[in-house]
Amino acid sequence: MRHLKILEYALSSLVRRRYKNLAILLVYAFTIAVLSSVLFLTHALKTEASLLLAEAPELIVQKVIGGRHDLVPVAYGEKIAAIPGVAAVLPRFWGYYYDALTKANYTLLAVESDPPDLAMVQGRLPDGPGECAIGAGVSQSRNVETGDDLILVDSENLGISLEVVGVFRAESRLLTNDLVVLGQSDLTAFFGYPADLATDISVTVRNPREVNTIAEKIKRVLPHSRPISRSEILRTYAGVFNWRSGMMLSVFSAALIAFCILAWDKATGISAEEKREIGILKAIGWETSDILELKFWEGIAVSLTSLLLGLLAAYVHVFFLGATVLTPVIKGWSVIFPTFRLLPVVDFYQVLVIGFLTVTPYVASTVVPSWKAAITDPETAMRG
Amino acid sequence: MTRHRKFIALTLLLAASLGLLLGYGRSQVSARLAGELPPLQDVVRTLQLTDLSLWTEARYTRHPSQADRFTPFQDFPSALEHFPAGSIIAPVLTLHPQP
Repeated sequence: MRHLKILEYALSSLVRRRYKNLAILLVYAFTIAVLSSVLFLTHALKTEASLLLAEAPELIVQKVIGGRHDLVPVAYGEKIAAIPGVAAVLPRFWGYYYDALTKANYTLLAVESDPPDLAMVQGRLPDGPGECAIGAGVSQSRNVETGDDLILVDSENLGISLEVVGVFRAESRLLTNDLVVLGQSDLTAFFGYPADLATDISVTVRNPREVNTIAEKIKRVLPHSRPISRSEILRTYAGVFNWRSGMMLSVFSAALIAFCILAWDKATGISAEEKREIGILKAIGWETSDILELKFWEGIAVSLTSLLLGLLAAYVHVFFLGATVLTPVIKGWSVIFPTFRLLPVVDFYQVLVIGFLTVTPYVASTVVPSWKAAITDPETAMRG
Repeated sequence: MTRHRKFIALTLLLAASLGLLLGYGRSQVSARLAGELPPLQDVVRTLQLTDLSLWTEARYTRHPSQADRFTPFQDFPSALEHFPAGSIIAPVLTLHPQP
């Protein structure tokens, strides 16, 4: 009962300085919302990448010349297939296309003949010359749908008309947004690739534990090759969205610094009015422990409300509104950028860390200066 | 003695809303993992995809896992890389295990 009475007094004290405390509450909640949005977004993207790219090729072999990725002879596939433990070798044909009309970059990718039906394609994948399937972003930017023609300019500067036989569903935007999928012969003719060269080679390994050994063997047989394993792809995405990434460093650290300024402002001292109040409370018989409890409740009331409001706002922002505020920051110069429809996965450890990093310093910075005032003589405190 | 009741009620309301959202999120995750993940993984398997279609502005941002280490500085040695997404993506220092 005594604690509730002190809480009641603490809330009355907050209401007395309602505009100042409301401003603190809003800034505090906003800071937590920004911090949490970045954490929720990066964690969701990381999870999505790890789930989706778990089916990426086990090993990709590139040819590197002078530190640059070069086209790889298809004949390398035979040398790789001869390595024990290699189950299958498949040359991949793909490249980039700058669309002057929409100023967007597309990724053109070849699919083998007689492709399977995919649930994520409205229509089908190309299975003959002059056909293509496109991502939702390409469909939107060029305003073409299944049955329409997509005109692209090839390496000979000639306009090539492709019939759109399928459009990837919006659910697959994170994977297929900028894709234009063609038949292999169409793609090699479009880019003017020599007949015996591919972009890179995908390797399937019989025993997944042997991937690194096979990568080493490939490197030995083909010294200017660069094998990239699936685990490296997954590690890349774990690294892209980790705390060292620019997104975390720029947005996260800015919000954290803003919070530090707020806490610092609280910690550097309390106003003369607050000191007088503490003096009066002491004079009328309050113990130092009661005053500390009062300040503790004040800190908890502001920080807990801000934390809960901030977390709610961040969750709604990232998982219901598609991180619309952060999107311009991470979009860069990408003309085609997917709208986020992320898996609402939240790392509870991160929520606890946010809570600990924000509530504890704020409560401490509320209690510590008051403790200094509470242990001084009431008369001195009242005089300010 | 009404303020503390209002405060406790508000805190409980906010905590319950957050709990409901997190619970709803969990159910969404299970539903989507069961419904959407397999067809999406089919896309990755069939098209042999290696990267997410996030940043389409440059080669090394479209395919961070496939880019060679010099790509951001390809114009000339020690050239500054100039695509905004390049500053968002962390440098992949541990792409290969250190010997």
